Amino acid sequence: MNKMEKIYARDIYGQTLLELGKKHKDLVVLDADLSGSTRTVFFGREFPERFFNFGVAEQNMMATAAGLASSGKVVFASTFAMFAAVRALDQVRNSICYNNFNVKIVATHGGITVGEDGASHQALEDINIFRAIPNMKIIVPADGPQTKEAIITAYQTPGPFYVRLGRSKSSTISNQGDFIFGKGQIIEQGKDLAIVTCGIMVNESLIASKMLKEKGISATVVNLHTIKPIDDDLLVSIAKKHKKILVCEEHQTTGGLFSAVSEVLIQKCPTQVKPIGIEDEFGQSGSPQELMDFYGLSANNIAEKAQEFLRQ
Amino acid sequence: MEKKIKFLKDKANTIRKLVIEMLAEAKSGHPGGSLSATDIVACLYFEVMRHNPKDPDWSERDKFHLSKGHCCPAVYSGLALSGYFSIKELMKLRKLGCLLQGHPSRCIPGIEVASGSLGQGLSIASGMALAAKMDKKDTRVYCLMGDGELQEGNIWEAAMSAAHFKLDNLCGVVDYNHFQIDGSTEEIMDIAPLADKWKSFGWHAIQCDGHNIEELLAAFEEAKTIKQKPTVIIAQTVKGKGVSFMEHVVDFHGRAPTQEEKDIALDELNKNGC
Repeated sequence: MNKMEKIYARDIYGQTLLELGKKHKDLVVLDADLSGSTRTVFFGREFPERFFNFGVAEQNMMATAAGLASSGKVVFASTFAMFAAVRALDQVRNSICYNNFNVKIVATHGGITVGEDGASHQALEDINIFRAIPNMKIIVPADGPQTKEAIITAYQTPGPFYVRLGRSKSSTISNQGDFIFGKGQIIEQGKDLAIVTCGIMVNESLIASKMLKEKGISATVVNLHTIKPIDDDLLVSIAKKHKKILVCEEHQTTGGLFSAVSEVLIQKCPTQVKPIGIEDEFGQSGSPQELMDFYGLSANNIAEKAQEFLRQ
Repeated sequence: MEKKIKFLKDKANTIRKLVIEMLAEAKSGHPGGSLSATDIVACLYFEVMRHNPKDPDWSERDKFHLSKGHCCPAVYSGLALSGYFSIKELMKLRKLGCLLQGHPSRCIPGIEVASGSLGQGLSIASGMALAAKMDKKDTRVYCLMGDGELQEGNIWEAAMSAAHFKLDNLCGVVDYNHFQIDGSTEEIMDIAPLADKWKSFGWHAIQCDGHNIEELLAAFEEAKTIKQKPTVIIAQTVKGKGVSFMEHVVDFHGRAPTQEEKDIALDELNKNGC
């Protein structure tokens, strides 16, 4: 882990779209005045006849995506996570998901690490929102290479997708193994407790597990990149081997990964589960690292919380 | 031409009777806007659009999207009379397990995209029109909107982008019956002047009597000749048209006729029928 240079997952998104666009003529890309930030501009420059910028009008973009998909196009629609999940939710629910259309919503700037722009732009409830909508599938890739896998999977798999990317650069995780949609990945095997996580929190959790190791605690770290459909079997097998499970997410602790994991375990293998995430509050301005520290999401916070959890 | 007009008037009258029957049977639904949209629907399904009820997915078909989804009884009747499904289905409207949902769903033959949440339809129709342009097809896309629905911001986002993308294969129709659930559009939230609004958004706007078959057909023909910009037909209509006790009555926006009201309405429509 963390050996390679940090990269923007959204750069990988833009490049992957471009590669897919060369192979697949049915791929159409939409954006709402954020194509530079989301990197859909890479595709737009190469394939202007299949790229549409809607200006600052996310609702129109999402409903138009539905119309394009009804006519056989595979549509990637991008904006910031805040606007995809909140501004255009009715359009996503009723025009895209209810029809089970091939619209892939790839949102960047998810989570608190949006940073300086502050609370209005920090989507902390997007996973919660999309998890509640039938037909929607959700991937939160851990790093750049996994972003590529997620985008290819979204193109190849019928129906609506939500892929959540961050704004900041992220470290590339090693030892992940193959990406299989719907299957979590055990990146580190331990025995004292398990940390189940996704997105940029995978790297934080791996650093935390190193810190824990120095204290004589061995932690299993699971990258649950696919949040919907969730990997029930893996969660049950983890719960059988660990008495305590810590769920770490860059999201509100209501309705996101913690909820998804708890919903499975309470029914199939009751286990002690604790969350690390944003606890029912709005974010604020600050550098990504400052915010991670302030809201208790960084590696040392995870390591501390893990030790406290084990003492209880 | 006279024969054609009589044929379409007959179809419209049959649709109106089916609307009344199916809503009375369902005991809920929206008669007012269904009846105001009926002549538009009859013109589209029985004259204007290229479509094949035996092959709803026919690749060369024109497309229709009902943005004002609550008025689906008129469209369901048009689809059934065209042969997309049996007329018997109409009487199961809104019942558990039925094909014909309270608002259009994609499982219904002839329905391209679901609707019901207002304001999204013009965007959806724009997506269809964009796809047709990309595929170099001569498909025309028709989108029927309500007047109250024009209070939704999404409609005007779509109006802006359809003009920006020069979607001359897109034809919007506004069923301007001047009523919404809470009252008249003038009183609740005035949308006038409508033609000026669409023109200023870059559309070609045609105004006509939405119950005059000849005027409607002429408007649809004119729309086909307009290049480089989308066309909207602002059809002046009467809410509840054809059933005198429902005409201009806001209560019938979302209330189904009782059995007694159904009989009176059918009597009147039968007398109108030729």
